[in-house]
Amino acid sequence: MKMRSFFKMAAAAVLSVSMLAGCSAPSESNNNSSDGTIKVGIMAPLTGDNAQYGIACRNGAKLYLDQYNEKGGVNGKKIEIVEYDEKGDATEAVNAFNLMVKDGVTAIVGDVTTTPTIAVAIEAADVNMPMITPSATAAEVTSYGNHMFRSCFIDPFQGSKMASYSYEKLGAKTAAIIYDTGNDYSKGLTEAFTSTAKELGLEVVATEGYAKADVDFKSQLTNIAAKNPDVLFCPDYYERIALIAQQAKDAGLNATFVGGDGWDGVLDVVSDTALVEGAYFCSGYSTDDTTPAVQQFLKDYQAAYNEMPNMFAAQAYDAAKILAAALEQAESKGLAVGSDEYKSAIIEAMDATDMDCVTGHITFDENNNPVKDAVIIKITDGKYTFDSKF
Amino acid sequence: MKKTIRIPMPVRYLINFALLAVLLLTGNFLVNIVDRYYAKVLMLIGINIILAVSLNIATGYLGQLPLGHAGFMSVGAYTCSIFVIRASFLTNYIGEAATFWLGLLLAGIVSALFGVIIGIPALRLRGDYLAIITLGFGEIIRVILLNIDSLLGFEFTYGASGLKNIPKNTTFLNVFVLVALTCALVHTMMKSRHGRAVLSIRENEIAAEACGIKTTYYKTLAFSVSAFFAGIAGGLYAGYLGILNPNTFGFMKSIEILVMVVLGGMGSMLGSVISATVLTVLPEALRGFSDYRMVTYSLLLIIVMIFKPTGLMGAYDFSLSRLLEKGINVMGGKKPVKKGDGAK
Amino acid sequence: MMTFIYQLINGLQVGSIYALVALGYSMVYGIIMLLNFAHGDVIMIGAYTIWISITAMGLHPVLAVLMAVVICTLLGMFIEKVAYTPLRKSPRISLLITAIGVSMLLQNLAQIVFGANAQTIPSIVTAPNITVGSMQVSVTAVITIVVSILSMLGLTFLVQKTKMGKAMRAVSEDTEAAQLMGIHVNHTISFTFAIGSALAGIGAALYCCAYPQATPTMGSMLGLKAFVAAVLGGIGSIPGAMIGGFVIGIAEALVKAAGLSVWADGVVFAILIVVLLFKPTGLLGRTMNEKV
Repeated sequence: MKMRSFFKMAAAAVLSVSMLAGCSAPSESNNNSSDGTIKVGIMAPLTGDNAQYGIACRNGAKLYLDQYNEKGGVNGKKIEIVEYDEKGDATEAVNAFNLMVKDGVTAIVGDVTTTPTIAVAIEAADVNMPMITPSATAAEVTSYGNHMFRSCFIDPFQGSKMASYSYEKLGAKTAAIIYDTGNDYSKGLTEAFTSTAKELGLEVVATEGYAKADVDFKSQLTNIAAKNPDVLFCPDYYERIALIAQQAKDAGLNATFVGGDGWDGVLDVVSDTALVEGAYFCSGYSTDDTTPAVQQFLKDYQAAYNEMPNMFAAQAYDAAKILAAALEQAESKGLAVGSDEYKSAIIEAMDATDMDCVTGHITFDENNNPVKDAVIIKITDGKYTFDSKF
Repeated sequence: MKKTIRIPMPVRYLINFALLAVLLLTGNFLVNIVDRYYAKVLMLIGINIILAVSLNIATGYLGQLPLGHAGFMSVGAYTCSIFVIRASFLTNYIGEAATFWLGLLLAGIVSALFGVIIGIPALRLRGDYLAIITLGFGEIIRVILLNIDSLLGFEFTYGASGLKNIPKNTTFLNVFVLVALTCALVHTMMKSRHGRAVLSIRENEIAAEACGIKTTYYKTLAFSVSAFFAGIAGGLYAGYLGILNPNTFGFMKSIEILVMVVLGGMGSMLGSVISATVLTVLPEALRGFSDYRMVTYSLLLIIVMIFKPTGLMGAYDFSLSRLLEKGINVMGGKKPVKKGDGAK
Repeated sequence: MMTFIYQLINGLQVGSIYALVALGYSMVYGIIMLLNFAHGDVIMIGAYTIWISITAMGLHPVLAVLMAVVICTLLGMFIEKVAYTPLRKSPRISLLITAIGVSMLLQNLAQIVFGANAQTIPSIVTAPNITVGSMQVSVTAVITIVVSILSMLGLTFLVQKTKMGKAMRAVSEDTEAAQLMGIHVNHTISFTFAIGSALAGIGAALYCCAYPQATPTMGSMLGLKAFVAAVLGGIGSIPGAMIGGFVIGIAEALVKAAGLSVWADGVVFAILIVVLLFKPTGLLGRTMNEKV
């Protein structure tokens, strides 16, 4: 046995250590209590496959925090936004999170998709970092400690809601499902829909899946069309829905579309609004809503980003709002910014949230999931119209 | 002419062990005092080093182009985590750490088995055809991990929902030990008779066969050793993150590992180590660029490839003893000054 | 039976898009032995070109398609000149990594320039379905299949009957010998990239007819599938790429029709593996003899 091997790995270790030594030097005194600002992190996939959702979330949260700063901030202290991209990848998200901890961030709005959010939630439990995700809907997300909140519905809620709505209100006898097997949101809703449908006696005649990057659903839809179901449940995000709706028409399908809150925004991406006419989906928010809070949000968002906000942006805006209110509470106790007590105070304040937001009136249940009204939106005449509270 | 001095073998052993011990202690000491951020990134560097060094066996030494390394990594990650979760009763008898080590070993073995199963058919092909067939196997593994539950009828990999609640057992210590072991074992293997046989296949397969080298055997061997270490890295990754999702191990992950190997220089272990380190740190350093991060990253990649097509290190490999000897000889045969000098 | 025919048409439509894209891979591979990973992303740029031409510039859809073909062609040649030419003498794997880098660069640039949201492309073809007997066939499907077959025939003519085609075949056979015979190798390679990318432009148009959306990452999966098609048919062979595309498209459609849609990607790769095991250079690939 020769010994050079050891030199090699020795070199490896030297490198690692020297990098570490080199990097660790400037990390001190990043604590923010000194300069009168409070650092809030925004973590989202700004590049990669999920960037469209991540950017919407970032924009929504940033909009609120900027507005908040203009109004004077918390107790005279401005909120400083620390924004990191995580590419939709769990490893990157954990790194981004730890970098935020190093930067002295006090609370975080994020993450966006489920897997990275869970990875970060576990990591954040160690330092009791207050976090609120605008969009990670899997039930387990908030189960890793009391520090993790969300401003969106959970998967089981939406799935079973739409199953009972289809059965009770739409009088459906048969349903078909087409869902993304590679997406936890889509899968979660499908599971809940299926089990509720079974309880109610709504027969699911076909469950067809597709893969993450698919754009062609004609084969599955042709199968579904042959079974002629009353409703077609499509639990996915608006972009894919637009393609499915188009191809469903080509496949000669006449079922009523039913979906989850991922549908919001579908009218902007569908090539002809007639394709989704008469579809129902549940949502926390409707751009059709005339309440001043919603209208003001729509106006501000369009002014800032020159596009209509979707559900992601609205939920992120709310997440930032809930967080900012909690910061005020913590600040009023006169604690040192960034200290453990300060973080606990934020969490305590978030627990007690009871306020009107863009996506409805929000309080949190014991699992830190929001208790808010779901509304059923119907697409009529190419517009989202409020159908009912259900 | 001056007589060149060679450091005798036992002394080399001692120098190396001493250096290792010092590094381990400093590393461990630093990890405890620095931010969790650096500690975590350091662990990630270690995992990526194992991945790059293991892929280098198949790419640099064997001269093939596998594009399915992430597949082996995922097999290891899932094996280790499912073992650690399901066999949690073992922790009562042998403790958590030992269970994890057992899981890692199992991860390596199962991945190596996959390496053999995939290697035997795949290695009949050459060049780009081998690339695409391994890519195919990698994707098939991902599709299976995503959908196996519906076939089995019970929750096994949890598909797209992700395998959650994996105990986070990966520490700096076990990453460091495994990086050291991987580098040492791979290097030893490559300097042995078997390693030379593998290299001869890279240089000229037909000539090697004519010399009586069992090419199929050695190709499969190299391939499965490569898979073995990828599996271990996968296990460490699972213990590092605490949650697994099959989509993490897509085609792009394989590419990412390949980029580390090629950028470092094919067949250079030092190159793999350096570029795994650089390519882990670089995205971190670019994090502040937000939206422009990946543009910068890809531009850098293209520029390095255009100006240094053989990779940063080429085929050069580093040896502390060689450097020490050179130093000694230049100084006219005096005693070596300090051990640490050579490493700088 | 009816459903089966529908499914077959579905498969043919997807397959012909794969085939067009696969041709680009195949031609480039044939001439410089490069797996051009950026090819899928050239299609993405083509789709965005169509989108801009129609929505922002108000061009007629046909002009928009022409525009996409022109832009794709120029982009393909530009990439070849800037990123691949300097590496022609380097190890092939470096070239491969560069191609991957170009692919990532294009995707991320597109995201910054056009945004991460999907952009909806207005309908290019607006016509009612064609009725054959009791069957309804969508016009888009018919146009897709016809256009791709025409493109392939045109390409075959170009390669087999013209002087440039002869030069391309000569360069792919033996670059140095071709150079000695007075063929301008650099021009020929540029030309190959131009043709491959023009086909990508047509592919983009057909893609947009069927799936009217442009996203920054749309090229990667399409590219991967087409790449598989090219290898399956025998990379470097034009009829091979066509057959590969159709086989993959139809296989996908039939697997989905059988209710196994989640396994579709797995089956595609399994077919590839089985074919390669029995025909190691693909269905119509040339067997290369290695010299000692």
